[in-house]
Amino acid sequence: MQLPLGLRAGLLSVVLFIAFIAIWQAAVSGTGKVADIDPEYAKLMGASAVTGASAMPGPGDIGVTLWQHLSDPFYDNGPNDKGIGLQLGYSILRVLAGFGLAVVTAIPLGFLIGMSPLVYKALDPYIQILKPISPLAWMPLALYTIKDSGLSAIFVIFICSVWPMLLNTAFGVASVRKEWLNVARTLEVGQLRTAIAVILPAAAPTIMTGVRISIGIAWLVIVAAEMLVGGTGIGYFVWNEWNNLSITNVIIAILAIGVIGMVLDQALGWLARLVAYQE
Amino acid sequence: MSTSHIRIEGLRKTFPAPRGGVAVTVFDQVWFGIEKGEFVCLIGHSGCGKTTLLNILAGLDESSGGGIVVNGKEITGPSLDRAVIFQHHALLPWLTVMGNVAFAVRSRHSGWDNAKVRAHCQKYIDLVHLTGSEMKKPSQLSGGMKQRVGIARALAIEPDILLMDEPFSALDALTRGSLQDELVSICAATQQTSFMITHDIDEAILLADKIVLMSNGPEARVCEIVENTLPKGRTRKDMHRHPHYYPMRNHLLEFLVNRANSFKTELSDPGYDPMHPPVTRPGVGQPAARPIDAPGDPLPEAKTAGR
Repeated sequence: MQLPLGLRAGLLSVVLFIAFIAIWQAAVSGTGKVADIDPEYAKLMGASAVTGASAMPGPGDIGVTLWQHLSDPFYDNGPNDKGIGLQLGYSILRVLAGFGLAVVTAIPLGFLIGMSPLVYKALDPYIQILKPISPLAWMPLALYTIKDSGLSAIFVIFICSVWPMLLNTAFGVASVRKEWLNVARTLEVGQLRTAIAVILPAAAPTIMTGVRISIGIAWLVIVAAEMLVGGTGIGYFVWNEWNNLSITNVIIAILAIGVIGMVLDQALGWLARLVAYQE
Repeated sequence: MSTSHIRIEGLRKTFPAPRGGVAVTVFDQVWFGIEKGEFVCLIGHSGCGKTTLLNILAGLDESSGGGIVVNGKEITGPSLDRAVIFQHHALLPWLTVMGNVAFAVRSRHSGWDNAKVRAHCQKYIDLVHLTGSEMKKPSQLSGGMKQRVGIARALAIEPDILLMDEPFSALDALTRGSLQDELVSICAATQQTSFMITHDIDEAILLADKIVLMSNGPEARVCEIVENTLPKGRTRKDMHRHPHYYPMRNHLLEFLVNRANSFKTELSDPGYDPMHPPVTRPGVGQPAARPIDAPGDPLPEAKTAGR
């Protein structure tokens, strides 16, 4: 019983996974009530009516389809039939474009806001009003002004990821320890060098927290945005497969969204550790 | 006094009134001078504006009246010629020991290449006995070691004057003692002009050539300037054996315990001139007495009463 904690946790994870799969399998197995209807009609209605099996796919079905997707993730058979890897690629590109724009806007602007109490106070009411707006509420306005659904999706990602970074940067910059600024002042360090060599590293952990929150929100929003704008992307894929009544593919897409979200968060978590410091 | 290297002339600091309140003048009419190569300590109770005075001297704060003249020029802001050792070290935690010292050196010598900066930093890191810890981050150092880095950072820019705001007050007694010893030897070797704020009497007697006594705020003044009558080369180990030690110590203690508070009555004495506060030399011209009637070894008394 005295295995290391990590190993025990791993074992427990595997056990939970097996239990989950077993319950899932049992739940969708054909033991339900067989409908007492005309056999011809029952054939039309599919397996659930004939054998009592659920229309919900079992873990085996998911496994088989997942393998098919993984073995050919990037095929392109026209607008309604693209590989899941390709769809994920579109979504990631949109997120990175909107998020990247937000980074280059929010961090310098947040720096300015944090450095100047005047600007902080002047912009605060606008930020407080704009921040709680659901990013999707911007979509009609974006479609009307930008007139391009792809760019509108990127704009929505931009607008949802800009606020956490803006506020965290401003807060981080405004709360740099006075002592450290005094060190720079007594050493006659210029404003630019103070900003780069003192304020930026001092605020970096707070800024990175904002960046990490932003990418999380961006990845949440892209699915909904792509359901609206359609065409390409994992959000569109989910909605399309729902229209195809392919629950298997919907489940696989959900899984893929989770995995990519985790990877994005971990990547930024690694970056955050690089700039962290201990006082 | 008018020829001093650094002159504090009629300095006043008034904090603006909080809403509905009255403006508070922390200190007023503060006059004293610091000679080149001299070590001056300022002693006073909390609230007499010691830190504010040092911050004005460092250029981090502005005076409300009067001024400070360094080398014949009035100071207007912070300068590399006045290095500050902060009370809580104020090291940049994301930089290594070397990085922190180099940050200061690069500010002084922006044209130097990396090798030259490193060699210069190493000299001062060695001076404060931190050789081998160059690549450590401040969080990996003890409190005393952090303050050593602060000292190295301040000395590495080779300032005209070293300003210290109770630099050892956050340290334990043993660490404080060894750092005081090192500061004594560094200042003796480099003839560094220094100004230190402290409320530790023994620290002042050990380090200072001249001790400025400030009365309690608000409206604090320089009550008196005490010349250290103990000879140079004194050490923590043997200074208490010198006949002037107890007169010095009692004079300072008497000031902190009684006179700092009751000084307002002395102020009204027509003989008091804030521009020329009285200078005293305790022990000189007095019998080498031990006024504390502690029988036997005086050492334990010194320890308990010191801090």
